[in-house]
Amino acid sequence: MDLNIIWFILVGVLLTGYAILDGFDLGVGALHLLTKGDEDRRISINSIGPVWDGNEVWLVTAGGALFAAFPDVYATVFSGFYTAFMLLLFVLIFRAVAIEFRSKQESKHWRNAWDIAFSISSIIIALLMGTALGNIITGISLGPDKEFSGTFLSLLNPYSLMIGITTTALFMMHGSIYLVMKTEGELQNQARNRVNNTIIFFSICFVTVTMATLIYYPGMAAHFKDYPVFFIIAILNMLAIANIPREIHLGRNFRAFLSSSATIGLLMILFAIGIFPNLVFSNPNPEYSLTIYNAASSQKTLMIMLIIAIIGMPFVVSYTVIIHKVYKGKVRIDETSY
Amino acid sequence: MDTEILSRIQFAFTIAFHYIYPPISIGLGVLLVIMEGMYLRTGNKIYENITRFWIKIFSLVFAIGVATGIVMEFEFGTNWATYSRFVGDVFGSALAAEGVFAFFLESGFLAILVFGWNRVSPKMHFFSTIMVSFGSMLSAVWIVVANSWQQTPAGYHIVNNGGFLRAEITDFWAMVFNPSSVDRLLHTLSGAWLTGAFLVLSVSAYYILKNRHQDFAKKSIKIALSLAVFASLFQLFTGHHSASGISTNQPAKLAAFEGHYNTSPAPLYLSGWVNNREQKVEFGIAIPGMLSYLIYGDTEKPVKGLNEFKPEDRPPVNLVFQSYHLMVAIGMALIGISLLSLFMLRNDFLFRNKLMLKILLISVLLPQFANQLGWISAEVGRQPWIVYYLLRTKDALSKSVTSGEVIFSLILFALIYALLFVLFLFLLDRKIKHGPDDISGADAVYSEYKEIFQKN
Repeated sequence: MDLNIIWFILVGVLLTGYAILDGFDLGVGALHLLTKGDEDRRISINSIGPVWDGNEVWLVTAGGALFAAFPDVYATVFSGFYTAFMLLLFVLIFRAVAIEFRSKQESKHWRNAWDIAFSISSIIIALLMGTALGNIITGISLGPDKEFSGTFLSLLNPYSLMIGITTTALFMMHGSIYLVMKTEGELQNQARNRVNNTIIFFSICFVTVTMATLIYYPGMAAHFKDYPVFFIIAILNMLAIANIPREIHLGRNFRAFLSSSATIGLLMILFAIGIFPNLVFSNPNPEYSLTIYNAASSQKTLMIMLIIAIIGMPFVVSYTVIIHKVYKGKVRIDETSY
Repeated sequence: MDTEILSRIQFAFTIAFHYIYPPISIGLGVLLVIMEGMYLRTGNKIYENITRFWIKIFSLVFAIGVATGIVMEFEFGTNWATYSRFVGDVFGSALAAEGVFAFFLESGFLAILVFGWNRVSPKMHFFSTIMVSFGSMLSAVWIVVANSWQQTPAGYHIVNNGGFLRAEITDFWAMVFNPSSVDRLLHTLSGAWLTGAFLVLSVSAYYILKNRHQDFAKKSIKIALSLAVFASLFQLFTGHHSASGISTNQPAKLAAFEGHYNTSPAPLYLSGWVNNREQKVEFGIAIPGMLSYLIYGDTEKPVKGLNEFKPEDRPPVNLVFQSYHLMVAIGMALIGISLLSLFMLRNDFLFRNKLMLKILLISVLLPQFANQLGWISAEVGRQPWIVYYLLRTKDALSKSVTSGEVIFSLILFALIYALLFVLFLFLLDRKIKHGPDDISGADAVYSEYKEIFQKN
């Protein structure tokens, strides 16, 4: 295994960490309007209160790692998807504003307006992220100078949008399980019912997307044909999804959450195996694709960063665990809450 | 307008807005460590009130800093893709270190700092405060290292990568300790300490003037003033050091700072207006030979002038001259205000002097202006280069981005930042008007004898 592959995996780990962590708080946001009543909505927001900011740091770090390890991918994708990324930034900030602003005034209209803003921006973020992933599968139009030569609208193709919707459904499922874990009483019952609905929604999307991928982008399955052992991952993914309603039924909410986290992780692995060794697939002209070799930093930089990551990662994991331990258990509203 | 000027405007606007917040976090972070340390040491509830109050302000500032910081990280790729390809290999390690070491540290422990009062032990909470403060300074380290590398590149070589030139790292530590990074880091940090200190001074002065929370305000002033005195004097030292560094590393920038065209013994201007066509400083007030003296210890030694450089390699002189001189003037004013306030602290004269309190109240803006002006001097003074003598700003743009797209994003940023700024002022005003929660009951003075400062 060379350094380029290691960094392909590490960037993947950061993106997966982001998807699992911000995934549940985006999911809580996407489902927010279904929760009625001010007290319950406060609990919904405060369930992610202490952690959403830290979760977004994973995005910042994944972006930084991409810049550092594969500067050409960072440059091509960020400038090529310019308008999409600007919209993403806009909604990311808007969502943060909504969380901060919402509970500062008593007025019902005020709170309702920010609830809507919080929820819609959460949905748009999930959609945009998923659509971006979709475009990596369909491929985008690249020139010999590694520059994107398509348009914003070409990014909004039906297949990519479908991946966007699937991502949103996945985060909704993940977020609803998180809410079951964080709430009690009537609110928890509501959340539990929602888990069932979101699992159905996600499963329909997932099956459709899988079929569409196999029909339209059979290249994604090439490595699975060459190495049938990878099918284990697909099977594990099925089992992880099927395990969620079982754990919820048995009242083991944390295990259900782990199961849905595993689903996200396994989906990312399936995606990574599918695109390897490409990072940005060029369509048409596959010879212009950006791979983990032609788009990478020098071996020396990859090595330095690996050392930095090896020193730093144990700290990161331990803070994340400590923080989630401190806030384990049901949401409590006190004077420091939103 | 073309993509270049629009991208420059967008970057300048978004970075200037972002840089309102991190200096407050860094400065306030240091003060929080002192405040909470005092609380743990004395057990006096007033220090808990102080700490809790400033943590609320801190969390607000921090949240906006993070939100606007994500924008900065994205913008390198969205608007300056060619630059990103060129520097990625070098810039990368610094950015990775910032993410792994600093961002996670700050944001993780921030959750305990802000929401954890009732959940963790006081010692664990104090530890979190230290970690957040340490993390905020650590992020300054890496971002200033990366920026300094653009000013004074070191530890790299230029490599042809598939038909495109780029800088690749040869020596990590030479890159980290490039010729300007230590000076610029210390200068940036002390600017940030001043920003935090003067925010606390201003709000506390407001309370005293309004005759509210007297005890709270007086103790806050003493803590903040000690940092202000140290940082303002230290700033003089780091500023001088930075300027001498610039004289060897970036002589064109220093010449622009002082509007110095012909290589000759150079005066030090206190103010003036640069006439670029006639190559002279008009209405100038100057100390003859002083710049030569400050750099070489000799008033007769010649300093390199702008005419040594081709016209296309020179920065816009008057803008750099004005921002640099205003920054220096503000720095001097901050020293004066800090020392005078310290002197007036004797017999609590400061707390009765309405004029000085009013000066403290408005001087919260001074470090903010100085920070912005300092960065304008540093960054505009580096022009026309984005990486000094390696890559020109005009060649660093994204090739696939059109001017229409940048106009669209610029409008988006103008809207969302206007909203953010209104939100910030609104929440800040509310928190200040609301004041500290009074949780000091009868037990507030249970260990009075341990106090370091006398009670007022």
